[in-house]
Amino acid sequence: MKRADLEALQIKRLKETLRVALRSPFYKTRLEEAGITPDSIRTLNDLRKIPFTTKNDLRNHYPFGLVAASMDQVVRLHSSSGTTGNPTVICHSQHDLEQWANRVARCLYMVGLRNHDVFQNTSGYGMFTGGLGFQYGAEKLGALTVPAAAGNTIRQIKFIRDFGTTAIHAIPSYVSRLYEVMREMNIDPQTDTKLTTLIIGAEPHTDAQRRKIEESLGVKAYNCFGMSEMSGPGVAFECQEQNGLHLWEDCYIMEIIDPQTLEPVPDGEIGELVLTTLDRDAMPLIRYRTRDLTCILPGECPCGRTHRRIDRLKGRSDDMFIVKGVNIFPMQIENILMQFKELGTNYLITVDTVNNNDEVMVEVELSDLFTDDYSQLQGLTREITRQLKDEILLTPKIRLVDKGAIPQSQGKAVRVKDLRKNK
Amino acid sequence: MMTIKQLSVFLENKSGRLNEILDILGKADIRIIAATVADTSEYGILRLITSDTARAYEELKSHSVSAQQNDVVALTCRSMADVLATQLRSFAQEGLSIEYMYCFSIRERAFMILRTSDSAQIEKVVSKYGLSIITEKEFLQL
Ligand SMILES: [Zn+2]
Repeated sequence: MKRADLEALQIKRLKETLRVALRSPFYKTRLEEAGITPDSIRTLNDLRKIPFTTKNDLRNHYPFGLVAASMDQVVRLHSSSGTTGNPTVICHSQHDLEQWANRVARCLYMVGLRNHDVFQNTSGYGMFTGGLGFQYGAEKLGALTVPAAAGNTIRQIKFIRDFGTTAIHAIPSYVSRLYEVMREMNIDPQTDTKLTTLIIGAEPHTDAQRRKIEESLGVKAYNCFGMSEMSGPGVAFECQEQNGLHLWEDCYIMEIIDPQTLEPVPDGEIGELVLTTLDRDAMPLIRYRTRDLTCILPGECPCGRTHRRIDRLKGRSDDMFIVKGVNIFPMQIENILMQFKELGTNYLITVDTVNNNDEVMVEVELSDLFTDDYSQLQGLTREITRQLKDEILLTPKIRLVDKGAIPQSQGKAVRVKDLRKNK
Repeated sequence: MMTIKQLSVFLENKSGRLNEILDILGKADIRIIAATVADTSEYGILRLITSDTARAYEELKSHSVSAQQNDVVALTCRSMADVLATQLRSFAQEGLSIEYMYCFSIRERAFMILRTSDSAQIEKVVSKYGLSIITEKEFLQL
């Protein structure tokens, strides 16, 4: 589809989405307050007149405050676990489920899967959208779809062998587990299975980890992006170029904003992804702040698709901090640290004011003592400093610490400590 | 080449860290024959010759201490400054660079522990100047 046609379709669908959204109690109030009607939209830039929708809006209007269809039309809901406060609920009509399955099927087709493939889904089923989302998508494609669900690795491997599984959807850490157990069972994935394709997502991983998975299993591994608020999997997906994820712009309008100023950032610059659904009628979401950080990859993809690409996710916007006017994301620092084999995986960023000057200090664990020569240790800290400066445009202080010296919090690691008085 | 095993330990710049490390070794009943600490403002390296380097290394590892085993050369001579100077001069004359050195003495005898990047070269110097090198076995009996 030509870019101009795609954008024309987006405008048409956006107007329709507003018309539908106005039927929900939440958007009726929200849009009327802002003076927005479908006719307010003439160009895509007019989208920016509309207020954002946040996760808190979903929580505060739990469970059905954003539903725009009659409840008779709603056929399914998915709910998030809601560790703090109310969970979020997304309702789907028959049409929404149909379109969701189409999007997932389109993703799978893009990476080369066809109706003769055998697709094994190791996602949890139930409320988690990775289960049913991939199930219906792969069925729509016509593939034989195995709802293996999560866990029981030996049984997973038996399925892979007995059913001739060619494609698996799994989180990266589970792929490593599958590989380990295959090795223990003396199964060579390259010769003893028919695996060709892996769909990996939901868990942050580096490109190096992906290459390792590809090499050990002898497959191609593709990144996927989705979130339950946007239905689930199938929002953006890598093509066979494996360089960025095409976001389906006929179904979503994407914006990348500075999380602080809420202004759009230029292509190639990291910001928070904001999405508007264009093809959902039970519960459209308009300018939904995903809290996920990424950037739009400038330029066209060699594959020829005109849907623009986003880069792999760079963390959560809540983690962003600002030093001397520069937005810094822990993931930028992490990506550099992970390239040094001398370093472990734990780090802590501390921002503090020293002599009226904001300073960034990065403590990072040594994976081991690799030398007893000072100049080499100093060389290492110098090289880390240089690379970080290139990335974040500030010179951080690097402190090497022992393995295990950085306290591991339960669950999500705390990566940034901001000790400044006036942030 | 007769080298002896040395343990190098990463010392985070944090008060009490040296004590923690010595405690770990003490509990494992490991004797320390020689030790030196070198540090910058950010971190230090503790270098140790112990009664059982391999076991000391394992003990430290199991306590997540970053450490490395490496080979050093131990020489002995009379503990007079001029004798030490002569020995060091012989290295300089042969253009041998020493990464670091530390010394201790027991009564009249001095012991020098040297680390060089070129152990083949040091072997040459030792034989050419008739320096007396001591083996690990001899060292552990000190
Ligand atoms: Zn492409």
